[in-house]
Amino acid sequence: MSRQISFNIFRYDPQDGQDKPKMERYQLTETPGMTVFIALNQLREQQDTSLQFDFVCRAGICGSCAMVINGFPTLACRTLTANYPDGEITLMPLPGFELIGDLSVNTGKFMRELAERLKLWLHPKPDDQDMHRLENPMAPEEAARIYELERCVECGVCVSACATKQMRDTFVGAVGMMKIARFEMDSRDNRSADDFYHVIGNQDGVFGCMTLLGCQDNCPKDLPHMQQIAYLRRKMASTIL
Amino acid sequence: MKLIYTDSLVIGAGLAGLRVAIATKERGLDTLVLSLIPAKRSHSAAAQGGMQASLGNTVKGMGDNEDIHFQDTVKGSDWGCDQDVARMFAHCAPKAIRELTNWGVPWSRVSAGPRDVIMNAQKVTLHEAEEAHGLINARDFGGTKKWRTCYTADGTGHSLLYAVDNQAISMGIPVHERIEALSLIHDGKRCHGVIARCLVTGELRAYVAKSTTIATGGYGKIYEISTNATICEGIGQALALDTGVATLGNMEAVQFHPTAIVPAGILTTEGCRGDGGILRDKDGHRFMPDYEPEKKELASRDVVSRRMTEHMRKGNGVDSPYGPHLWLDITLLGREHIETNLREVKEICEYFLGIDPCKEWIPVRPTQHYSMGGVRTNATGESPQLKGLFSVGEAACWDMHGFNRLGGNSVAETVVGGMIIGKYVADFCEQNSLEIDTALTQKFIDKLQNEIDNLVDGNGKENPFELKKEMQRIMMNYVGIFRNGPELDKAIQELKALLLRAKNLGLKCKKRHSNPELVEALRVTRMLKVALTVACGAAARTESRGAHSREDYPQRNDKDWLNRTLATWPDAESLTPVLRYEALDVMKMELPPGYRGYGNDNTIAHPDTEKRIIEINKVIAALGDDPDRHTLQQALMPYTLPSHLLPPNERLSDTLAITPSQPVGNKPL
Repeated sequence: MSRQISFNIFRYDPQDGQDKPKMERYQLTETPGMTVFIALNQLREQQDTSLQFDFVCRAGICGSCAMVINGFPTLACRTLTANYPDGEITLMPLPGFELIGDLSVNTGKFMRELAERLKLWLHPKPDDQDMHRLENPMAPEEAARIYELERCVECGVCVSACATKQMRDTFVGAVGMMKIARFEMDSRDNRSADDFYHVIGNQDGVFGCMTLLGCQDNCPKDLPHMQQIAYLRRKMASTIL
Repeated sequence: MKLIYTDSLVIGAGLAGLRVAIATKERGLDTLVLSLIPAKRSHSAAAQGGMQASLGNTVKGMGDNEDIHFQDTVKGSDWGCDQDVARMFAHCAPKAIRELTNWGVPWSRVSAGPRDVIMNAQKVTLHEAEEAHGLINARDFGGTKKWRTCYTADGTGHSLLYAVDNQAISMGIPVHERIEALSLIHDGKRCHGVIARCLVTGELRAYVAKSTTIATGGYGKIYEISTNATICEGIGQALALDTGVATLGNMEAVQFHPTAIVPAGILTTEGCRGDGGILRDKDGHRFMPDYEPEKKELASRDVVSRRMTEHMRKGNGVDSPYGPHLWLDITLLGREHIETNLREVKEICEYFLGIDPCKEWIPVRPTQHYSMGGVRTNATGESPQLKGLFSVGEAACWDMHGFNRLGGNSVAETVVGGMIIGKYVADFCEQNSLEIDTALTQKFIDKLQNEIDNLVDGNGKENPFELKKEMQRIMMNYVGIFRNGPELDKAIQELKALLLRAKNLGLKCKKRHSNPELVEALRVTRMLKVALTVACGAAARTESRGAHSREDYPQRNDKDWLNRTLATWPDAESLTPVLRYEALDVMKMELPPGYRGYGNDNTIAHPDTEKRIIEINKVIAALGDDPDRHTLQQALMPYTLPSHLLPPNERLSDTLAITPSQPVGNKPL
């Protein structure tokens, strides 16, 4: 028997000068395998065509749809409504990002600015990079280790779950440090620990983290944030000794 | 009128678009990318399996080269592709892989020594050469003679997109996010940019440019069940179609992927089968060897999808509330392999199905996956009708996939095509000046503004969400894996009726800014035209070729149909496109049409095929004994590339031959 489930959804259109933030309640009939993606689309198509939210891959791969579901930030596309036995689901936008409207926030703008600020791209060594010739070998274990950290989908969950970030806007957050760690361990990257010290060796970086574990506890890709932050701390500390 | 101008304008920030943007920015051109979403969220990120390039580093890839990659691609296309383009592509794929390495992609690498793999449901031990240690690895994919698909676990697209976007960010290429291009500015001969709408503020802007590149991906979302992201709605193709001048090519060529999970339609990579996974029916029977004894689960995608459908039609599917499905069994690969190399698959199984694929079988069925058709371009990526309009990647019909794309060739096309076409786009920008015709631009803005005004203020009654759903159902039911005349005609009639109804769309939400209903309404009319080009093309093509499979015309008919469908929509008020055909010239083919290697060969031969084979034999004979393969290739089908892409690709086997005393790969890592 399908049951009725209720959604309490944050509604606010920041572009409309008259609008005030509020919660709105919707109900629908649950279907087998229903995800929050399916439910929200159904609500928009059948009950309120103005409802704003972001989904792209709807498969847990692209990171577009992070929102706060019953108090926890997570990817809405792969959250089954069946996970909530009492049928009450409260949806809020991710805190810590510019609100576009309702459940839609501008994580893209945040991530691009972070990448520019921390220079989050490979700074290659000046050795042979001829694309017509055999590639330089890399230890298979190194490639696997880099990929492990590269799985971040920039969903913004770690940032929204971080108390330091909520208190200090300039804090780079786990996503920034995870990416630094990814390039730090890449033997193709020419930057040294000293170079990284200049961007994260301060209160806005590794020394600002309060180790409250919000990033790691909520990361939908199970990335080892605390391990990387600890690793970077040791690295940064060693540069000043 | 808000007017923004640039040299190189790129619509779409996936792998193909970003790679073109990088190519034009490298040449010092002002470059601007428009995207519906942040670049790293593009559908490219969803590509799990890998990217084909004939590196030949591994023991199962030894001896691979451009020739074999080319032949696989042409056969895979069922001889529907442009062979010049397939050649350009196969030659540049290894270069693209190595360039991406330099941009940070952590390709999975070869480990020297023994490794256990599953082949044909048996454990086999392969021995990788010492010299290959640390070079880029490759896995097996359907329809390829060698193991050629380079990968990073099952997150290849993710790794590539992040590396390429990071490169674009490092070069300071701006991406205007949450912007939707809705019409091309053109004078019937030359394209001058686009009119776009900001999805947040609703503002209309004119982006005027020397070159405009459509890199918006495929049109999978005209189907009800598709592996495509929600944004792959064919608006890029619609932009070209709406000009009434630019043509779309082979829109009826739509690929179904064999293994999407049921019911969500989310893809599990071909890597599952490439790495040794097998398909089973309701009795647990492995049925693919019954149909395709040689290639089994690794026949090409169109073949596996059809065999699965056939098998389910015989009553061998597993019943479910969502219709019948089959099983994909990867349990035999073992937990360690699945948790490292097929981790996304495992996550998808856990979150969407609540199963552990290391222990349980995955419910799968063929699902719409890829658009071989798209904006028709010539080999340099430019529309033959509209100067300055380029297209690349899945959005385009460049046309290296013909009527069926091989797994691992789409990710490859994005970056390889972007690399090659980006160069031609840059050339175009250098050779042509910017023409800003404000009257022309205003005309296109006004037209779009009118469309929006009518939707918001008009008295229309039709619901855009409903129309879209009906279109998707029609496409799924009547323009699917197996097609026939009566069903295709039904599809066309019903789609035409929907297009008529779409003239009477009305909105409940009257906002002019951030209004998802308005976005949907603007798209649905455009999507319906794209759907009609697919359905009309399929109805007209009375043969079976690659993914286009007509039950009433089962033969591949080279005699009458060795051509490319071209569709235009010259009369905006019309309910159907105009179809024309562009012949493929057998006398210019390096690989004349032949047997593809699946089932019975029931091809109706082209009269020139025999002639061309005789001619080729003469060319080979004239070159004497044992000609160099590059010389032979040039003699058979000369093709050109930008000069910086011409040098040959070095391979491990060459290096070993040159300096046998100093094998590579042994330096300290």
